[in-house]
Amino acid sequence: MAAKYPDLGSAAGKAKQARQTYEFIKPAAIDSGEVAHLPVIIVGGGPVGLAAAIDLAGHGIQSLILERSNTVSDGSRAICWAKRTLDICDRLGTGERMLDKGVTWDVGKVFVGADRDPVYTFDLLPDKEQKMPGFINLQQFYTEEYFVAEIEAMDRAEIRWQNEVIAIDNEPDKVTLTVKTPEGEYHVSCDYLIAADGHRSPSRALLGLGFEGRIFEDNFLIADVRMKADFPAERRFWFDPPFNPGQTSLMHKQPDDVWRLDFQLGWDIDRTEAMQPENVDKKVRAFIGPDVEFDYEWVSIYTFSCLKMKNFVHNRVIFAGDAAHLVSPFGARGANGGLQDADNLAWKIAYVLQGLAPPELLNTYDDERICAANENILNSSRSTDFMTPKTKVSRFFRDACLELSRELPFARALVNSGRLSVPCVLDQSPLNTSDTDDFSPKQRPGAACMDAPVQLDGKDSWLLEQLGWTFKGLYFAAEDEDFRGAEALAQGSLPVEVIVVRTRGSAGLVDQQGLVAKHYDARPGTFYLIRPDQHVAGRWRQFDAQQVQQALRKATAQA
Amino acid sequence: MTVHSDNLQTDLRINSPDDFYQELIELHAGLSDDESQKLNARLILILANHIGDITVLRQAFQYARPRDAGSHTAFTNQ
Repeated sequence: MAAKYPDLGSAAGKAKQARQTYEFIKPAAIDSGEVAHLPVIIVGGGPVGLAAAIDLAGHGIQSLILERSNTVSDGSRAICWAKRTLDICDRLGTGERMLDKGVTWDVGKVFVGADRDPVYTFDLLPDKEQKMPGFINLQQFYTEEYFVAEIEAMDRAEIRWQNEVIAIDNEPDKVTLTVKTPEGEYHVSCDYLIAADGHRSPSRALLGLGFEGRIFEDNFLIADVRMKADFPAERRFWFDPPFNPGQTSLMHKQPDDVWRLDFQLGWDIDRTEAMQPENVDKKVRAFIGPDVEFDYEWVSIYTFSCLKMKNFVHNRVIFAGDAAHLVSPFGARGANGGLQDADNLAWKIAYVLQGLAPPELLNTYDDERICAANENILNSSRSTDFMTPKTKVSRFFRDACLELSRELPFARALVNSGRLSVPCVLDQSPLNTSDTDDFSPKQRPGAACMDAPVQLDGKDSWLLEQLGWTFKGLYFAAEDEDFRGAEALAQGSLPVEVIVVRTRGSAGLVDQQGLVAKHYDARPGTFYLIRPDQHVAGRWRQFDAQQVQQALRKATAQA
Repeated sequence: MTVHSDNLQTDLRINSPDDFYQELIELHAGLSDDESQKLNARLILILANHIGDITVLRQAFQYARPRDAGSHTAFTNQ
């Protein structure tokens, strides 16, 4: 009897359940011919562009997003949002919404063959006492819709749907764009253009800029299926499972009873054939069993590449996210890396536009984010090389690791199914003031700040909720110490708000569990200077206002 | 030349070299070329972990690679 399989239909390459569309509003400039000028224009209404607009608005900078389509992402696409992304989104105002809707997970398991026990288990959040979990899974369109909702409520940010940039004039003093819409073309200019228009970036093509790296010879089938199932909310990854022999597979839970199933297919396949409903169905059935009812949500075949632009900053046009760097999906380093770009860039553009820092500050976006992109590409390439061995000998070593992992603990650490996104420590950044005092390395200059539970005026709160947007100081006070250093930092064009961390009491910030002091290796007298993007700029065992001022100048490219 | 502990030991350390060599060859008895290659891969991984120190391992990599094959590019340098 021929099996009856769910209709693949429109799920092939496009989400079956369409998202809401947004209205095209004819820009006045089409008729008036007027060339409006904005501080910042963002090309691309994906997660990176949307986050940048919200961040800029928070800094008081007006921006305009030009998006070619009339809706958000048309498939689940990026689903894994890492802790650092959630911390960033929490600062931007959508973190809690994402957390409420998303599927929380911290644990990943790697299986080999038909073994029921994993050979390798990792926990992405060893320190549980933080506001945000190690990871959530959430379809990309939800992340985007939450951002869009924020922007729609803002005066300082605007999205224009069905506005396609068709020419970019990158002049010394401004950028002028030609924008095509369903009802005609118009021009608009800006001080800075953020190109966040995805891995096929039309902006990159318009400026004739290269995108180089490695292309991996392998095909993967993503089948996002809707089903009622009680598989665990963990990242489960298989090498050579009985349901996809000789290849890898992955299962991951998403909200709305949607499950991501991923099948490695190999290189020499007929992609059209592999997308035939009966072939997709065969794979899915082998994975989930013959009896579970399911429907397709989104099905796609992809290959991957690790590609990068040589530089992300091109005069007044600055590239971010997939437009600037592309990684393979194993490790969730694409969208998560992109959001860290936005986090790094927004405050720098704002400070330069507001005259708080020289334009050289923008070059440090290149320094810091190229370094991060290299780290993401390195990790992603290594995972890919493990999953898709390029030569016979590399396959022998790969298989040897898997075989040994059953018995020998050391081999488990070599099994690489994706090293999941952790924030890059910006060790080489010219904005850092290096340690001169003795500290543990964890929260060294360049590191993103770790969260910890605190009390604020007697109420439960989180450390990271107190940090960000401006330069802040964390001063760890001795019991009953009356810290007077804050006044010296409250002056000048770049005032630093000093937060005094106390070990007890009912007023101000209290580290009652001692976890802030523990993570930051702090003793009474320790002072941290923290950037608007919650990265450590410098730290000292004793507070010295002049040293902090000097570090502040360095962190804003003035020294 | 002083031998530091973080240097690859190149003087003889195996206490009965002929036994070792015979047993290494016999370990492969009856295996196909592919099976032998797999055995070697497992053996290298086990021994490399026992050595542990990446600097020592890198020195061994240099000795092991044929001299006329040119220098290899470490992946981390890409």
